[in-house]
Amino acid sequence: MTTKRMELVCPAGTPATLRAAVQAGADSIYCGFRDETNARNFPGLNFSRDELAEGVRFAHDHGSKVLVAINTFARVDDVHIWKKAADMAAESGADAIIAADFAVLDHVARNHGQIRLHLSVQAAAATPEAIGFYAAQFGIRRVVLPRVLSLQEIAALNRAIDVETEAFVFGGLCVMIEGRCYLSSYATGKSPNLNGVCSPPEMVSYDEGPSGTTTRLSGFTIDRYGRGEPVGYPTLCKGKFKAGDKTSHLFEDPVSLNAGGMIAGLKAAGVTALKIEGRQRGKGYVSEVVRAFRKAVDAVEKGGESVDIDRLLAGQSEGARQTAGAYEKKWR
Amino acid sequence: MSEIALTLGPVFFHWSPDRLLDFYRRIADEAPIGRVHVGEVVCGKRMPFSDPAWPAIIERLERGGKEVVLSTLAAPATVRERRSIVDLCGDERLVEINDVSGLPSRSGRPFVTGPFLSVYNEASAKFLIQLGARTICPPVEFSFAAIGAMSLKCPEALFEIFAFGRLPLALSGRCYHARIHGLHKDSCQFTCERDPDGLSVDTLDDQQFLAVNGVQTLSNQVQAFCPAPDALASKGVKRLRLSPQTCDMVEVARIYRRLADGREEPEDARFALSCLDLPGTLVDGYANARPGWHVTAPA
Repeated sequence: MTTKRMELVCPAGTPATLRAAVQAGADSIYCGFRDETNARNFPGLNFSRDELAEGVRFAHDHGSKVLVAINTFARVDDVHIWKKAADMAAESGADAIIAADFAVLDHVARNHGQIRLHLSVQAAAATPEAIGFYAAQFGIRRVVLPRVLSLQEIAALNRAIDVETEAFVFGGLCVMIEGRCYLSSYATGKSPNLNGVCSPPEMVSYDEGPSGTTTRLSGFTIDRYGRGEPVGYPTLCKGKFKAGDKTSHLFEDPVSLNAGGMIAGLKAAGVTALKIEGRQRGKGYVSEVVRAFRKAVDAVEKGGESVDIDRLLAGQSEGARQTAGAYEKKWR
Repeated sequence: MSEIALTLGPVFFHWSPDRLLDFYRRIADEAPIGRVHVGEVVCGKRMPFSDPAWPAIIERLERGGKEVVLSTLAAPATVRERRSIVDLCGDERLVEINDVSGLPSRSGRPFVTGPFLSVYNEASAKFLIQLGARTICPPVEFSFAAIGAMSLKCPEALFEIFAFGRLPLALSGRCYHARIHGLHKDSCQFTCERDPDGLSVDTLDDQQFLAVNGVQTLSNQVQAFCPAPDALASKGVKRLRLSPQTCDMVEVARIYRRLADGREEPEDARFALSCLDLPGTLVDGYANARPGWHVTAPA
């Protein structure tokens, strides 16, 4: 289906990271404004209007594209903030807007026909009917796929739709269908859809005890570590819980996604673009991951096997443990 | 006062056909509820079990004077699951859309949007209204005040708030019942059937926290939002959704009916609910713009 070279889509939380990602070989960089209109609304992160315009110039000068994430759901009575963000993205000369909310998609489709629309993973569109609906209503050109589909399902989906697909290959792994998960707001009052954050740092505590460290989120125990054990960030769905007569990492082990070994499979499944998660990550991390994936994608595009990306990326993944996630059917 | 209507939401759990028949027979005969949702929402693998039971259940409910709404799957994946949505969307009855997959086949005819559809603002609500949305039940994390603000700007639709039951918090491609039992989703053995209210998930310090129901994660605690009728009226919220648990749902309906008619104070309604055989303690944080597990003052 795709004879074209796969596009490597890389994260940038700051202008410096954007430049680093471009120089490391990113085909596209995605970023967001410094406010609640994007799903990585963290302090010290993201772009002003001028920084975005400058970033777009830099990327275009180097043959790369910029995709602007305006991918949270607009708040009641404040929809104008999201529309304004879309206007600013369009005026910056960016190549695409990534959105999930009907209100934002509709605004862009009606007012900024020249800019490409990508459907955010937050819209959780995973069937030909859903994707077809967004294509018919708003003219989306690409859909970012939920991280819960197998390779076989992605292949079947690509056969049934005529918009591009983008698949996550590295970084955080949401085990829940994104854009429809309220676990974080249940515990903390803040969530991806309402605030652009999940398991927010201000609600986290690391409590030292005689036998080790207990991590908590909003008072709920998420995991416990013995003395000397590396302590992980208490992301709610990666916690250890009791259910039935079992104590386990019920939802997902504290692992991160690495589908570096599946690039050829994703290409065969008809995927157009490969996405690296991590707009909250530093410049050094992004550079190294992008370089490794550039090499891996180029190897696959030349018809070779995937290079040993695990070795290239040793030490760069959260908790050092990795999984190919839902791309392997046994995951579910 | 009687303008506040009650809705019985779809059963989220894997109940046997016999249990479903018994449950809806009582609802049809005894519950002071005008609108009743039927159908499998959480897992398409369960449909071959419950599908044969629905025609008799629908007939019984309609004979009992209930308005029946056909609920559709929240996370369709297989061809069969997708076809089920298209088929249900062709029905003359009202349909509940829980995934955008249902919109193409229902646009232009009236529908309900369920709490699995991301409707967070008046512009999105208007977009859906123009396609045919008549009742909108926003995601559970949405506050009462925010639903009210949206409702006042969208008088064309009725707004419904998730008032009672374990809160539906997340869906996954992965089945947690299967995972707990060392199985995979594709050969799950339907172990979710053993937990008709969901399986409790506690923290390592034994705090009650969540519950799993196959691919779904719910709150361990039970939402019990008990607003005074004038608070509902002032926000333009016209419907309260009660989500089935194994407790006495007829009694739950009677309590909410008295509350909505102004015949019972919110505190008394909450007390009456707390006396039922519930799978968790009562919470109402979301409705008051707090973390969902919080217990707050009356609205």
